[in-house]
Amino acid sequence: MSDATYPEDLRYHEEHDWARIEGDQATFGITWYAQDSLGEVVFFDPPEVGAEIQKDSSYAEVESVKAVSDVIAPMSGEILEVNDVLQDSPERINEDPHGEGWLVKVRLTSPEEAQQLLGVEEYRKLLDN
Amino acid sequence: MTRYTSATPDDRREMLDAIGVSSVDELFEQIPEALRLGRPLALPDGMGEAEVYERLAALAQRNADAEEEVCFVGAGMYDHYVPAIVDAITSRSEFLTPYTPYQPEISQGGLQVMFEFQTAMSELTALPVSSAGLYEGPSSVASAGYLAMGATKRHKFVVSRGVHPHSRETLRTYSIGYGAEVVEVGLEGGLTDAAALAGAVDGETAAVFLQSPNFLGAVEDVEALGAAAKEHGALLIVACDPMTLGILKPPGECGADIALGEGQPLGNRLDFGGPSFGFFCATEAQIRRMPGRIAGETEDVDGRRGFVLALQTREQHIRREKATNNICTAQALNALGAMVHLAWLGREGFRELGELLVRRTAYARERLAAVGGVELLHEASVAREFAVRLDAPVGRVLDRLAERGIAAGYPLGREYPELEDGLLVAITERRTKAQIDELAEALAAAVAAEREGVAA
Repeated sequence: MSDATYPEDLRYHEEHDWARIEGDQATFGITWYAQDSLGEVVFFDPPEVGAEIQKDSSYAEVESVKAVSDVIAPMSGEILEVNDVLQDSPERINEDPHGEGWLVKVRLTSPEEAQQLLGVEEYRKLLDN
Repeated sequence: MTRYTSATPDDRREMLDAIGVSSVDELFEQIPEALRLGRPLALPDGMGEAEVYERLAALAQRNADAEEEVCFVGAGMYDHYVPAIVDAITSRSEFLTPYTPYQPEISQGGLQVMFEFQTAMSELTALPVSSAGLYEGPSSVASAGYLAMGATKRHKFVVSRGVHPHSRETLRTYSIGYGAEVVEVGLEGGLTDAAALAGAVDGETAAVFLQSPNFLGAVEDVEALGAAAKEHGALLIVACDPMTLGILKPPGECGADIALGEGQPLGNRLDFGGPSFGFFCATEAQIRRMPGRIAGETEDVDGRRGFVLALQTREQHIRREKATNNICTAQALNALGAMVHLAWLGREGFRELGELLVRRTAYARERLAAVGGVELLHEASVAREFAVRLDAPVGRVLDRLAERGIAAGYPLGREYPELEDGLLVAITERRTKAQIDELAEALAAAVAAEREGVAA
């Protein structure tokens, strides 16, 4: 299990999701806090490549030994790629939630939505509350 | 105020006072005048318990049941012999709770029953995964549609008209909520029209629904019909009669992704239509989308064999709005009846029973087809049920037979306007050769009388 670290280069959504934005594309995942709350992840149910996803709406499911949870999109876009490694090794989400445990890559349809997301300090403050 | 109504006038006064309303009428003043009845309900005066008993007993007397009549009615539920051991075991208080056994430490018996039932259904359908039982057949069919939509992300169902009318109706009803389209494919010579089916299936199709034996009793070529589903990446969903699974090629070996059906023929009596249960088996790929509960085998800390609910986090108590099924819990008792019945029959006995049904059905079919004014509705192979056409009004012929204590079959015109002259006749091991002969004679007399216009 990884330590509770939150990378500086990510943008955070209050539903405990992150986005790593590179131009008009981004990688999405769930935060360390989210995976820690869920416990051992046993299944990731990804969206279809090509699917349109909406900011603040569910686009995938993560199943842990405790619960099945919707994954909320931090930004809107079109799914370019899903992390196939998770089909056989969903535990990557626990081991490296901000790295190898990424969920999807997305072409952003509204890159300006990034301004509505939280920086690392704001997200930490949210967790402290 | 009676002892059966818990709120006394004082209780009501107290409740009204607590919310600051002077009367029950005032409570309902928010409801527009036009929607209110404006007078007391026209209910008769109350009755004493003994009077109520007499009245209900008199009403119950007016029902005919399969113990009084010689029953050739099937159409999805069948008058099989249910051995006494089924009642002996299902009436044990340990099994009577409808509560889901979430706590394995106090629920090993119930969980083991679920596991054994699943194992049996899995072997019978030749599909690796089985749920512990659903509400009944039709809602199992509709739940399979939901599963197929999730698995394929498509919204169209292609359904043979050989699938039970109640199942098709339930699927249509659910599909309104699912936002799915239902396309029906007709029958030709008693069997699903293969060309029409192939023409109806396309890249938008989530699932193809077949039933074998179908509603007219005909055994479908599931493998050949299912090819259209495979070609377009749709799921193949096959409803089947569990009693035929000992003798027919199991759906799992015919390419079915899901095999399901009405479980009543196993260990459950007709009971005026229910309760019964549905069974639901699938390929491993669909396990996370399966409706209902699944019991799994495991080991406890001391290495002893034990049972738990598997994939429990997907259960409805966690995610109500995404649940795949909300009405399966209390069916465990009916599924237990099925399990006990199967165990009583045994592997060989179950196959022998299937063979007996085929032989006796063949005899009945031949016997009835030889009656004047009666002909076969289709020539397709059948297992335990077949359809005939009558050259006389079916309803009136059935009335004549009922007077002789024979429930001769199911009038197909009720669900199939194009088969107004059709009668569906079912055979179980309870129907003897003598009863079949009696049916043939009585049918001959009734049809002849109707054709000659003799008053009943």
